[in-house]
Amino acid sequence: MIDFSFFLEILPKLLAGLPLTMELALTSIVAGFVLAVTLALAQQSESPFVVLPIRGFVAVFRGTPLLVQIFLTYYGLGQFRHQLSAIGLWAVFREPYWCAIIALTLNTTAYGSEILRGAIQSVPRGLVEAARSVGLSTYLTYRHVILPLAFRQALPSYGNEIILMIKGTSLASIVTLMEVTGIAQGLIAQTYRAFEVFICAGAIYLTLNFAIIRALAALEYWMSRHLRHRPSTMSDAAS
Amino acid sequence: MKISRIAAIASVLFGLVQAAVAQETPKAITIATEGAYAPWNFTTADGKLDGFEVDLANDLCGRMKIECKIVAQDWDGMIPALTVGKFDVIMASMFITEKRLKIIEFTQPYAVDPSGFAVAKDSELGKLGISNERFKLENEASAQAAIDKLKPLLKGKIIGVQAATANLEFVKKYFSDVAEIREYKTTEQHDLDLAAGRIDALFAQQTALAATLSKPEFSDYTLAGPGFVGGLFGLGSGAGIRKEDTKLKDMLNGAIDAATADGTIKTLSLKWLKSDVTPVK
Repeated sequence: MIDFSFFLEILPKLLAGLPLTMELALTSIVAGFVLAVTLALAQQSESPFVVLPIRGFVAVFRGTPLLVQIFLTYYGLGQFRHQLSAIGLWAVFREPYWCAIIALTLNTTAYGSEILRGAIQSVPRGLVEAARSVGLSTYLTYRHVILPLAFRQALPSYGNEIILMIKGTSLASIVTLMEVTGIAQGLIAQTYRAFEVFICAGAIYLTLNFAIIRALAALEYWMSRHLRHRPSTMSDAAS
Repeated sequence: MKISRIAAIASVLFGLVQAAVAQETPKAITIATEGAYAPWNFTTADGKLDGFEVDLANDLCGRMKIECKIVAQDWDGMIPALTVGKFDVIMASMFITEKRLKIIEFTQPYAVDPSGFAVAKDSELGKLGISNERFKLENEASAQAAIDKLKPLLKGKIIGVQAATANLEFVKKYFSDVAEIREYKTTEQHDLDLAAGRIDALFAQQTALAATLSKPEFSDYTLAGPGFVGGLFGLGSGAGIRKEDTKLKDMLNGAIDAATADGTIKTLSLKWLKSDVTPVK
């Protein structure tokens, strides 16, 4: 019933969509990370004029489906062509690629900033005070104490977010982008063999995510050296 | 003994011939339509059937000089109801397909809804305007010539087309070397993107495009170029009948020929569908 030569036939066709899938994921994850760090740091501010808009943004983008966000960015903003042309943004919103990148980036920024905000707050107050007591400036305290600890703390949750984004790119096919899922749907329309095609597409995502999970695990291992080899000098000093 | 058997067979045969003769000249037939596929066939607010196929059915009956009753029948039960004899003819924009031909018979197509382009009026292709020409993909030389004429006008343009349709197969086959093709889940989505200016052309059924272009948002857009039929687009819509009703098939075919020849199909189609769906011989 399941024809293995058919798998070999569709695999290269589906893999043709992998570069686009990875491009969408990588661009939005990198841009999203930069924005997430910025928003997480901005939220350490005491001013409600800074904090409240960010809270609003996060609430909206965490509280609505990614599918709706992509639809709104693409078809929704398409209605405001003239207004967007007037401010010179239509060139960006005209392209399905950039609309998908914008929606994916804003979505991951909202989740990422929450992960990092929590991680920054989890850095023990005593360490921050110790850093200030030896004369580090706010900038240096963040750079050498708070952020390294926060990133290490956030890594497992942020890894989850990265994997969710890889899978989120599969929604880009609704705005005509032919990434792996979009190609899969086209193949089904031609062959009527949904089972084989989706198994194959699923296997591509699984392999990609497996590689990412391993890479993140390696990063985590590297970042937690201190938990494995307690430097002997430290214990000497303590004794 | 032998003689009586021959006589028996003869009488059976005679009976069959008689039955066939009796069936040959139907005096009155019942035609079923769906009544829910405007503007092809639909039910008016006061419960009457109307539309392109209702007008055409009445016209064909007039030509055949038989009495017709037009009834509404749900789409999914249409073919079984025909085979058990609830009515005699289906005229419900039913495409003539291999699968259906296994169960019922069709007349020649009375409508072929050509596929064509819709573009902005001020684009190169738009300036060409609508052409009433129809190209049958089976006539490869003339169809290819028409395609080659369109190609330079669509060079570097973006064509929107619904996924999983014969229209997509067509543009992929003939235009993927000059234009970018974007696939949409629904026709509403490519309509929106044409209005937003993200794509330069739509390729779809001309009657569907005409319906879209009649909306005010699309006043700057027009149907352009010829229509394409046949080949991967199939045979078009025909009247469905039972396999054994060969005489009725001949009568209907004759009436469709006459209605094609004197331009009745064209007139009705322009009235209801805003484009010409007369089949190309």
